[in-house]
Amino acid sequence: MKLTVGPNQFFWKADAWAAFYADLAKAPVDHVSLGEVVCSKRLPFFQDRIPDAISELQTAGKTVALSSLALVTLKRERKMTAELAEMGVEVEVNDLTALSHLPHGTPFSVGPLVNVYNESTLRWLAGRGAVRICLPPELPLDSIAILAVVAREVGVEIEVWGYGRVPLAISGRCYHARLHARPKDHCRFACEDDPDGLPVLTREGKPFLAMNGVQTLSESHACMALQVDALAQAGVSSLRLSPQTGDFGQICTAFRNLLDGRLSGAELITKLQAENEVLRLSDGFIRGARGADWSGAASI
Amino acid sequence: MEIVCPAGTPASLRAAVNAGAHTVYCGFADETNARNFPGLNFDRTEMGEGIAFAHGHGAKVLIAINTFPRAGAEGIWHSAISNAAALGADAVILADLGLLHYAAQNHPDLRRHLSVQAAAANADMINFYATSFDVKRVVLPRVLSVPEIAAINAETQVETEVFVFGGLCVMAEGRCSLSSYATGKSPNMNGVCSPPSHVDYREEDGVLKARLGGYLIHSAAKGEPAPYPTLCKGCFTAAEKSGYLFEDPVSLNAEQLIPQLQAAGVTALKIEGRQRSASYVAQVVQNFRAAVDALAQGHSMPAGMLARLSEGQASTTGAYKKTWR
Amino acid sequence: MQSAPFEIEKAPPLVAFALRPLPLPLLSKALTALTRSVAGRHPSMFRRLGPFASARFVLDPTDLPFVICLSPDATNPHVILHRSPQHGDAKIAGPLAALLGLVHGAFDGDALFFSRDLVIEGNTEAALALRNAIDDAELDIGAELQAMSGPFAGPLRRAIILAQALTGLCLKRPENGGYC
Repeated sequence: MKLTVGPNQFFWKADAWAAFYADLAKAPVDHVSLGEVVCSKRLPFFQDRIPDAISELQTAGKTVALSSLALVTLKRERKMTAELAEMGVEVEVNDLTALSHLPHGTPFSVGPLVNVYNESTLRWLAGRGAVRICLPPELPLDSIAILAVVAREVGVEIEVWGYGRVPLAISGRCYHARLHARPKDHCRFACEDDPDGLPVLTREGKPFLAMNGVQTLSESHACMALQVDALAQAGVSSLRLSPQTGDFGQICTAFRNLLDGRLSGAELITKLQAENEVLRLSDGFIRGARGADWSGAASI
Repeated sequence: MEIVCPAGTPASLRAAVNAGAHTVYCGFADETNARNFPGLNFDRTEMGEGIAFAHGHGAKVLIAINTFPRAGAEGIWHSAISNAAALGADAVILADLGLLHYAAQNHPDLRRHLSVQAAAANADMINFYATSFDVKRVVLPRVLSVPEIAAINAETQVETEVFVFGGLCVMAEGRCSLSSYATGKSPNMNGVCSPPSHVDYREEDGVLKARLGGYLIHSAAKGEPAPYPTLCKGCFTAAEKSGYLFEDPVSLNAEQLIPQLQAAGVTALKIEGRQRSASYVAQVVQNFRAAVDALAQGHSMPAGMLARLSEGQASTTGAYKKTWR
Repeated sequence: MQSAPFEIEKAPPLVAFALRPLPLPLLSKALTALTRSVAGRHPSMFRRLGPFASARFVLDPTDLPFVICLSPDATNPHVILHRSPQHGDAKIAGPLAALLGLVHGAFDGDALFFSRDLVIEGNTEAALALRNAIDDAELDIGAELQAMSGPFAGPLRRAIILAQALTGLCLKRPENGGYC
């Protein structure tokens, strides 16, 4: 199985952003999708660093795609999305606006925010030129297995959310701005203070969600450490790891070792938890009763 | 302007038509529609009777088949489309790419509307759906301001329908997995959000606590209103601040914006609430029908016509006013 | 209307007092007979209940000195009244006027619930199914009583007319679905 690194979902300073991708060039991953997915206001801060990041990653032998914005409403955002198609790099479609600008037959990736739930949708996208599809994180294993069979038949690589806080929703409203009682247009980039998202707890203090500007994520990190065998058996071609602060290269290496049989799922989990003592994991979307469930809760 | 009204039951459909609905939307009693609640919706016979009743009174019926078909079980959704065509529905409301393709290929004469669950929020995307699947109308997601809606209408031939009253999604519709994260049931896959099967109300020390999948969503002291524990309208804590971090427990009321929505080129006004009672539907419909009739005759909109219906529960104009964001 | 813009009337103490000595077994039998008559006339109501047709519902008119246990079970529906608190799959509690208004479509269930005139406990899904099934049936207790036959019809009709006279409660479906 391959490893993909999805676009950074959070707002990082340009230097931190560039350093992340310079490091990632050395990490044992196969495919990297990068760009701004969540908020168009963030892009100008690191836009000029994107070409270097792409060439560094490509030089290191990785394939690269540019991610499109998840929710496109403003004229500026439409223009930004249209321009992606002209960059000469594969586009990762996160909203069909991006697809509307790609000439028929141009190869493209589909990100986890596009609703690919069934065979007909997968076939239709493949017919349009999709070569790689990261399935929506809420899909259960049964659906993944059925889609993987069709994907192989039509020459599409199937990717599954492997590690990181799960994107659960996108909105027109900015929750960071709302929390700081600022209008969205004058948010003063409140989300920059939370480079891994801001945990949202219930009034009983139970960690639940994480806010990231207009995006809402899970507080727990989805982690497929205990599901990789089932996913491989289902025919999944790649696991997607989602950028976060800290030693991300080490996370990539650990997952590579897991996939190559050099590290067990339990050992990987111990490693992750050693790095972050308050880390909560989940894999319930795959086989549990609900997304927040963690199959390792009983055994580890 | 056309008033598009919800009907969760045959009784609601008749109530809506009798109250002056131009159009009613409803769904089959299964996972193919996004209001898959216990005791709601139509079996095939009821749908046929409902369509006959509506047509007999000069009203149209739209059938929402707006969940995303489950892999391996697409037949359920395909037969819903075939049934809708056979029963004489005026249009189907769809969200899934594969299902739109299926309908366009197999039932080209069955009019297709793009569900709000497709979250088509700009003219490029709407025109893309029109070109690809010959979609005639789009239900706009509740993330757009009135000027943005006007801009969309200026760039597309596709009719636009917008929500004006009822429950309000804070997140872009069809792109939200909050519910399945907490309960395993999602709008996209199961047609339910914050499902009643996972709701637990319990009185603790005089406080009514509403939990969803074990997560405390809302507490109400004695005498305070007790909203349904919809995830995005819960009371939470972040950075040591507590409150309705995503949205207050409010419902949408864009009644006063009807003239602006008309000027923005909107074709149809949609009322949310297939889970509400027939009497509620009748009253909301009566008021909205009176409002658009007044507007059509050049009368000014009576102020606060619907205030009575929202009384006691806060209402908002949502994203239609930019400050909401 | 989302929260009822009016006060839900409470049955006056006189009525509660008058009902106190009622022979509950007899009233239970009479209401069971009424429920069976309704079941015969509105089969789709039971279809709507789906898996919850076999549930046990506790209806608690909070201003009356008893609770009503309803088992809709399509083949053998029955109603039993108890003076002591009862457990069931779902409990719906509220003033009698609110419960009747719900049956008659005079009030919106969500609105009554938001305003806490109604309180739901237990299986929320079952309670919602019952609410939706009853709403679709467009019941009119007055008409159901007229349609009822058998030994309980006469006494039950007289009892309810008396209750209506004493309380001013609405036992008929309002015209145009408006407020009672």
